[in-house]
Amino acid sequence: MASNILDFEKPIAELENKIREMRKYEDNLDIKEEISSLEEKVVKLKQNIYENLTRWQRVQLARHPERPYTLDYIYMMTKNFIELHGDRQYRDDKAIVGGFASIDEYKVMIIGQQKGRDTKSNIYRNFGMANPEGYRKALRLMKLAEKFNKPVITLIDTPGAYPGLEAEQNGQAEAIARNLLEMSRLKVPIIVVIIGEGASGGALGIAVGDRILMLENTWYSVISPESCSSILWRSWEYKEQAAEALKLTAVDLLEQKIIDKIIPEPLGGAHKDHNKMAETLRNELKSELAALIKIKPEKLIQNRLEKFGKMGVYTE
Amino acid sequence: MSWFKRSKQNISPESQKRSMPDGQWIKCQECDEIIHNKQLEINLWVCLKCNFHFRIGADEYISFLMDDGSFKEYDKKMKSGDPLEFVDTKKYSERTSSTIKKTGLNDAVKTGIGKLNGKKVSAAFMDFRFIGGSMGSVVGEKIARAIDRAFENKIPLIIISQSGGARMMEAAYSLMQMAKTSSRLARLADAKIPYISVLTDPTTGGTTASYAMLGDVILAEPKALIGFAGPRVIKETIGKDLPPGFQRSEFLLEHGFVDCVVQRKELKNNLSALIDFMM
Repeated sequence: MASNILDFEKPIAELENKIREMRKYEDNLDIKEEISSLEEKVVKLKQNIYENLTRWQRVQLARHPERPYTLDYIYMMTKNFIELHGDRQYRDDKAIVGGFASIDEYKVMIIGQQKGRDTKSNIYRNFGMANPEGYRKALRLMKLAEKFNKPVITLIDTPGAYPGLEAEQNGQAEAIARNLLEMSRLKVPIIVVIIGEGASGGALGIAVGDRILMLENTWYSVISPESCSSILWRSWEYKEQAAEALKLTAVDLLEQKIIDKIIPEPLGGAHKDHNKMAETLRNELKSELAALIKIKPEKLIQNRLEKFGKMGVYTE
Repeated sequence: MSWFKRSKQNISPESQKRSMPDGQWIKCQECDEIIHNKQLEINLWVCLKCNFHFRIGADEYISFLMDDGSFKEYDKKMKSGDPLEFVDTKKYSERTSSTIKKTGLNDAVKTGIGKLNGKKVSAAFMDFRFIGGSMGSVVGEKIARAIDRAFENKIPLIIISQSGGARMMEAAYSLMQMAKTSSRLARLADAKIPYISVLTDPTTGGTTASYAMLGDVILAEPKALIGFAGPRVIKETIGKDLPPGFQRSEFLLEHGFVDCVVQRKELKNNLSALIDFMM
């Protein structure tokens, strides 16, 4: 576990360890006051640290190996999940999962990129990097949702579309492009939530929707800070600067009017309290669903066209 | 010592870029043939000896694809707003202003309405010389408006792509141009107005993963590099050299992702014939 503590989390972890140690002697020694003052100190320290994170630190939180992933959210937020597999053309991509599920009274299609927790599961999931068949599976499921008039929820968490030889051969670009076009005219509501990493076309390939939400400690941009650093600075060393330059946090994207809302995470990040995070997200999704299902399909599509049409900054 | 180390021995160094010498005579970068400027222009910038298609800009494509004097450019003055005040080794605002000065282009695409063998079309011509033909807010918006002009006037849409992908210096804004252009193409498709996409060297990244791959018909110039990820990234990922011809037009034709590989001198007539079938 210790290896999963990020640098800026260390002072917090140290204090918490100290409190834990002191608790052991609580019954024998009169240190209750000291403990509670330390606890207050931890809360203040946390607030101070998490309010002042740099963009690069947010990226690290977005990638935290203990964060809830797509299937965790599905199991925590929904009932009766039936996972559906395969693109009906080539094979089943394990980096994108999806299926029917119920969120209280709502029956939905829920789809997302899936990362692994350890080496073995990461290889199985291809680190959450989808191949063309993954995007085609996602589209197949969205068309299924449309056919039976069910809203679509997509959860975004990917370091990018897989840049492999087979992926290119099988039309990675075509698969993503097709999804952008088809999602923009899908006749049912689409809610997109960035739950971790939103890297480039690989993320956008399942992220065209009516409402775009971002969890507090996530990032969404055209490229990862590392790749940006390697291309523009010609070195991997400038990832912190690249993260700053890309303005890729939830706060940045809300300011750029690219996303609609930021969903707060438990203090310290989603990984500190999976259940609380899932509960917050579930409630958000329910209120979004309630509003969206009232809108007629034609209006929904028109709004979507206008929503993305407004994005961009230029002078004339 | 680490026991898990990437093997680099399968990767050979990048080939050296050869540049065209200035002046009257031009050396073909493929076969080293020396060709006179005028001769090359008459041959539509295709090597007379080896058929190598030189990379050319928006103006050159306009010159031989549009009927003489018929092309009216729109949104000519549109420029990037540098919304993020992006700085890498250089300020983005300085990068754009020096590129504008150097190329005479305001951004990486020219759009407008013109005639192709007498037929009115909405057309977009990308230009690699402007920050690698990258797509930021300006390219996205101009392409979207070109799509809208086809939609409103019920005329075919032709986009000549030549782009390294989405522009990093406009970050998420650039990414969203992929969704913007694709959603407009959905509306165009619903109206049954034809869109022909022409891929030239190179067409990669976010451009390929949006409008470039969404044509009703997709044509490609011979041997153009076309893909999503760049060859260098793929090579690094798989730790091996890429097979010869990988990600070239003929490779995409073979795998079913382009309809035809078309010689530059046949491009105009091909476009014209296709429009006749679809309109």
